[in-house]
Amino acid sequence: MIRGKAHLFGDDVDTDVIIPAPYLVSNDPAELAKHAMEGADACFAKRVKRGDILVAGRNFGCGSSREHAPMALKGAGISCVIAKSFARIFYRNAFNTGLPILISPEAASDIESGNEIEVEPEEGVIRNLTTGKVYRSDPIPPFMRELLDEGGLMKFMMERA
Amino acid sequence: MGMTISEKILAAHAGREEASAGEFVLARVDFALANDITAPVAIQVFEDAGARKVFDPDSIALIADHFTPCKDIKTASQVDMMRRFAKKHGIAHFYEVGAGGGVEHAFLPEQGLVAPGDLVIGADSHTCTYGALGAFATGVGSTDLAAAMATGKAWFRIPETLRVILNGRPGEWVSGKDLILTIIGKIGVEGANYMAIEFTGEAVARLNIADRFTMSNMAVEAGAKAGIFIPDDVVREYVDGRVKREYKFYASDSDASVARTLEINVSSVEPVVALPHLPSNVKPAKEVKDLTIHQVIIGSCTNGRIEDLRIAARILKGRRVAKGLRVIVLPATEAVYRAALEEGLIGIFADSGATVGPPTCGPCLGGHMGVLAEGERSVSTTNRNFVGRMGHPKSEVVLAGPAVAAASAITGRVTDPREIMKENSQ
Repeated sequence: MIRGKAHLFGDDVDTDVIIPAPYLVSNDPAELAKHAMEGADACFAKRVKRGDILVAGRNFGCGSSREHAPMALKGAGISCVIAKSFARIFYRNAFNTGLPILISPEAASDIESGNEIEVEPEEGVIRNLTTGKVYRSDPIPPFMRELLDEGGLMKFMMERA
Repeated sequence: MGMTISEKILAAHAGREEASAGEFVLARVDFALANDITAPVAIQVFEDAGARKVFDPDSIALIADHFTPCKDIKTASQVDMMRRFAKKHGIAHFYEVGAGGGVEHAFLPEQGLVAPGDLVIGADSHTCTYGALGAFATGVGSTDLAAAMATGKAWFRIPETLRVILNGRPGEWVSGKDLILTIIGKIGVEGANYMAIEFTGEAVARLNIADRFTMSNMAVEAGAKAGIFIPDDVVREYVDGRVKREYKFYASDSDASVARTLEINVSSVEPVVALPHLPSNVKPAKEVKDLTIHQVIIGSCTNGRIEDLRIAARILKGRRVAKGLRVIVLPATEAVYRAALEEGLIGIFADSGATVGPPTCGPCLGGHMGVLAEGERSVSTTNRNFVGRMGHPKSEVVLAGPAVAAASAITGRVTDPREIMKENSQ
């Protein structure tokens, strides 16, 4: 169970905004976290509290393949990203690095900044505790569910090699 | 039901007769690559998972190109980590500055390391570039790459296809960049999300290999997983003598199912730019009035090939770049640099007041060798114009092909090449 305050962003949030390239000289989530979302909000890393939830529009995470993007968000304390849709590589990377992401156009449209949100990522349930509204996200494809159940990508792949 | 070229390549690598869009497969990859940003993370994941050896040292390339020549101690340490990993695992295809080497997506095809019919994954979003050869190539993150280095496999959701049919004859100053920006302008930055863009139509035969690399390269800017051409004689001529192993030409069946079709008459495509801050914010260059610039970049995995430099040199020859403007030309590989030298292009650039630097991704991602200050604007032949992409969050990037970039270098504002080259037009 995940619970935190919502931080709102718009459509097409790209990976250069999530973690600008000059900071990609570190693989340390804590170091990357200092610059999370810097391209959109220079004070984000200071404002965000552990467990907070990022809510965005369409095509979240478009752009580069940098896995530092979900690493920086996780490092900053973001517990989950809810968006109308995700860019392909970010979707894979979030999944591979254990950052829960949920696709729910309804929730992403309704939720307002500062709303208290509760998420059950396994069930795909999103509850807005501030308004009382409940949403269901698109389910995780069964293949990816299996991959998660077997302990993540590396384990899954190495066992099959 | 027939299959698309993408379905055929993925099915063949998954050891299946058939595969169709929406299915998930585990597939064998022919080649895997990473750069100085993504390889260090992949190496860490590889080692943390207890993987002992790579699946095939000759099918992996580690290319230091983003922050190279290393701009500081941290980036030098990243490259050193790659160098040590390559040595430990006998990975011969480790490249950095100097003899051999350059920007990964220009360099690997040039060396014949990726081939038609291949399944390639790279920890870099522009890995889709190799679709120009009729390979299925896609960008992944470092963890996927680490798993591929360990096992030689990756999982894929077989993508739907967006078929772009190109008809007509491109104008004199219209190149692959103008075509792909026009397409992205029409479908949007999410227009092909999770899909493979398949470029086809009678106009394809008129596009040289560099135009095709540029178009496949930017498929990801529409969200696509791949940007693939059906290989033809142009591809055969390019790979002949470069690729030293067997390869295969695939084509889509006539009854293959595609999700969407888009027809483009290339005769009516004009030299265009993508204004800040999305690659889909496309306008004809001639309609952009009085947009002054501080810098011009000609290079990158998108437009740093010899064909691109020839276009820029045609415009810059005998002319001077605008006063106070920084014009930086970065040949994408050492071989491109050498060709430019032998063809006299480097001299043309130097005479015009442009500077020529080493092969590097540097400025494209705001890394080094052309970073922008607050309030500055660059016309660039690179691929992204996101907020802060080339430097300060309040700087701007205007994407263009080499002709618009060179014309803008002369005037100091966004300029249609036909304004400069009037004497050549009929």
